[in-house]
Amino acid sequence: MLTNMWNWFPGWSQTVIIDLGLIIVIVLPLMLGVAYLTYAERKIIGYMQMRIGPNRVGPRDWLQPIADALKLLLKEIIVPTNSNKFLFLLAPVLAIGPALAAWAVIPFSDTLVLANIDASLLFILALTSMGVYGIIIAGWAANSKYPFLGAMRSAAQMVAYEIAMGFALVGVLMAAGSLNLREIGLAQAGNISDWYLWPLLPLFVVYFISGVAETNRAPFDVAEGESEIVGFHLEYSGMSFAMFFLAEYANMILIATLASIMFLGAWHPPFDVAPFTWIPGLGWLAVKVCLMLFFMLWFRATFPRYRYDQIMRLGWKVFIPVTLVWIVVIGGAIFLSPWGDVFH
Amino acid sequence: MLENYLPILIFIIVGVLVGVIPQVLGWFIAPQRPDSEKLSPFECGFEAFEDSRMKFDVRYYLVAILFIIFDLEIAFLFPWAVVLREIGMFGFVAMMLFLGILVIGFIYEWKKGALEWE
Repeated sequence: MLTNMWNWFPGWSQTVIIDLGLIIVIVLPLMLGVAYLTYAERKIIGYMQMRIGPNRVGPRDWLQPIADALKLLLKEIIVPTNSNKFLFLLAPVLAIGPALAAWAVIPFSDTLVLANIDASLLFILALTSMGVYGIIIAGWAANSKYPFLGAMRSAAQMVAYEIAMGFALVGVLMAAGSLNLREIGLAQAGNISDWYLWPLLPLFVVYFISGVAETNRAPFDVAEGESEIVGFHLEYSGMSFAMFFLAEYANMILIATLASIMFLGAWHPPFDVAPFTWIPGLGWLAVKVCLMLFFMLWFRATFPRYRYDQIMRLGWKVFIPVTLVWIVVIGGAIFLSPWGDVFH
Repeated sequence: MLENYLPILIFIIVGVLVGVIPQVLGWFIAPQRPDSEKLSPFECGFEAFEDSRMKFDVRYYLVAILFIIFDLEIAFLFPWAVVLREIGMFGFVAMMLFLGILVIGFIYEWKKGALEWE
């Protein structure tokens, strides 16, 4: 009966329905992850500051993210009179759309990958650089002074760190010899010593810190420091604001996942022996992603905010030279030294 | 090969819908009680004055230009890095020359103060 109904669909629509189902299987846990990342952030930073954080909604406040989402849903969406209304409402879509679509090519384990394409890293770089459009359009369309300034600052900061990030990725490509994220992961099979973390340590540091700056997170959150400074999403409210919020946290998880796949051995356990190999690859990837996310929250609780000129100096004058030098070093190691086979 | 890209297209559509649907929902569920004060652009405690399409620092423009140069450079490096082992020493030296020229430009703009933000 069911098979008959299924066969009634033409072949192409069967593929579309299966893909749609798989996408929902990725997006729903991701959304849940975003929701509980905000909860984890408030709790972890709370404990780091010797307070308990939110503890009112539900048992141990497990329902706080749900309550937050409902509250945002019930808040009025304000569209300022002077704003360019179409662009004003388009900007949140441009922020969240690419942040989600980038997950299409992420390999969650050796076999769990929705679209196993060869240009997956290029695709991710293309989509993450779309995020800057959301910010600059949001600041411009609001037609208000502070969002405009905030958008200029955010955009300049994001493009500066995107370069450092891109150069760090080039190092990974040289080591792995592939743009395919699954193959980059497979190239690190083995023990913890086979991870790219060690030969590419400077690039890992640059990539991760640039990722924090890309997502406009503390200590690089000059353009949208929630408590003190008004940023590019100043004029947004309700669900329109929630989209920027979701995009920021989805991007955080994306950066953490990419760092885990490219530098921390992806889904491979740290030691290729019995008790470690019992946990499936997806579990190991999740552990590494959580560790990276914890670092991001820790940064926010620990470091004072950078000044804007310090941010630009770090991006242009420290990270770009470091990555350029390390690309040459890797190239030299591959061709000239006896350690070239570190990279298989 | 090309059918691998279909899920990506669907995922992009889903991503756009995830951006559109909550906003539409919020539009219908949330109250709408606009008034002229609420809808005026934010200004710190007084009426908004002057045009908000104001002049901005030329350095943002400079950063955008520099970004294009370097991002293009990265776009060249990507395919080179993937096939580095096949093209061998010749390809490596050729790209190092290219990088060297870029670094000269980078040093020039550094010395010119294009990267200074006081």
